[in-house]
Amino acid sequence: MTPRGRRLSLSLAGPALGLTAWAALAPVSAPSRDAVFEIPKGTWARRMSGDPVEILPDQIRLTLGIRDTLVLRNRDDVPQTFGPTLMMPGQSFRLPFAQASSYQFACTAHASGQMTILVEPFPETPWARLRFRVRELFET
Amino acid sequence: MKTLLLAWALLAGATSTADAPTLVAGVFEPPRIAPDFTLPGSDSKELRLSSYRGKVVILGFGFSSCPDVCPVTLAVLADARRKLGADGSDLQVIYVTVDPRRDDAKRLREYLASFDPTFIGGTGEPEQLAAVRDSYGIFAKERDGGAGFSHSSYTYLIDREGNLRALMPFGHKSDDYVHDVRILLSQ
Repeated sequence: MTPRGRRLSLSLAGPALGLTAWAALAPVSAPSRDAVFEIPKGTWARRMSGDPVEILPDQIRLTLGIRDTLVLRNRDDVPQTFGPTLMMPGQSFRLPFAQASSYQFACTAHASGQMTILVEPFPETPWARLRFRVRELFET
Repeated sequence: MKTLLLAWALLAGATSTADAPTLVAGVFEPPRIAPDFTLPGSDSKELRLSSYRGKVVILGFGFSSCPDVCPVTLAVLADARRKLGADGSDLQVIYVTVDPRRDDAKRLREYLASFDPTFIGGTGEPEQLAAVRDSYGIFAKERDGGAGFSHSSYTYLIDREGNLRALMPFGHKSDDYVHDVRILLSQ
């Protein structure tokens, strides 16, 4: 490596190390603990016209203490089976999770017939915080 | 004075909302009236959901030869009712079969009585039961080769006024049911 390349590597290594240390050590929080999924108005009409509208992924990942409440809202004008349940127009469903686990729900909206909600523990350790932040970066 | 009263009323409202005990189960907002149904009951009488107004109802769907989900759910519910003590008399567990071919009234009665003799089962014609499931968004499908059923594993919580208030996912302990039933009973 040339001296110039070495200097460049060293100058980049400092901020990278600092960023990693921050990601591992800084406390993790979120502005809201709600993971919100909404059926917008007109979804039923779109489905009837052949548009396969997908709103809920077949796997939802939540983290205790950060984003651990599933909120489903039906903004459409007709009742909709949304996730595990049937929801009336204008109705919302709020399901908090308190235990880290994998929750399976029968869901006819998915080809697999199932929806999984993966609830992970609060990231207590530096390694868990780092992993959490990296995953958030790539999933959002 | 009027302004002061209004401010007090607003503050009291905000405080009561903030202090309102929250359910462990998933909550519907606004709640809707639980769809009514009439089915042949496991006690050989007519089972009409709306006749249980005044009690908190836990409504579940399953089948008596279920090897895993139903026995666990029913054992948890029986434990919850026992823990509620005298308040348990204001709780009614209703379990509607998804397997009417096997679950006639007698079989359901014997099965449910092995958990708690106060539990009531509902059976009927397949179309009747399918209509009830549809009204609650319940999924049930017979597995290939008649090897039982895949079905929604949660239970619904219905308050004294017949409102469908909440959905308790499978896997919760009896203490969670006790917690939520006590809140619903107190309202």
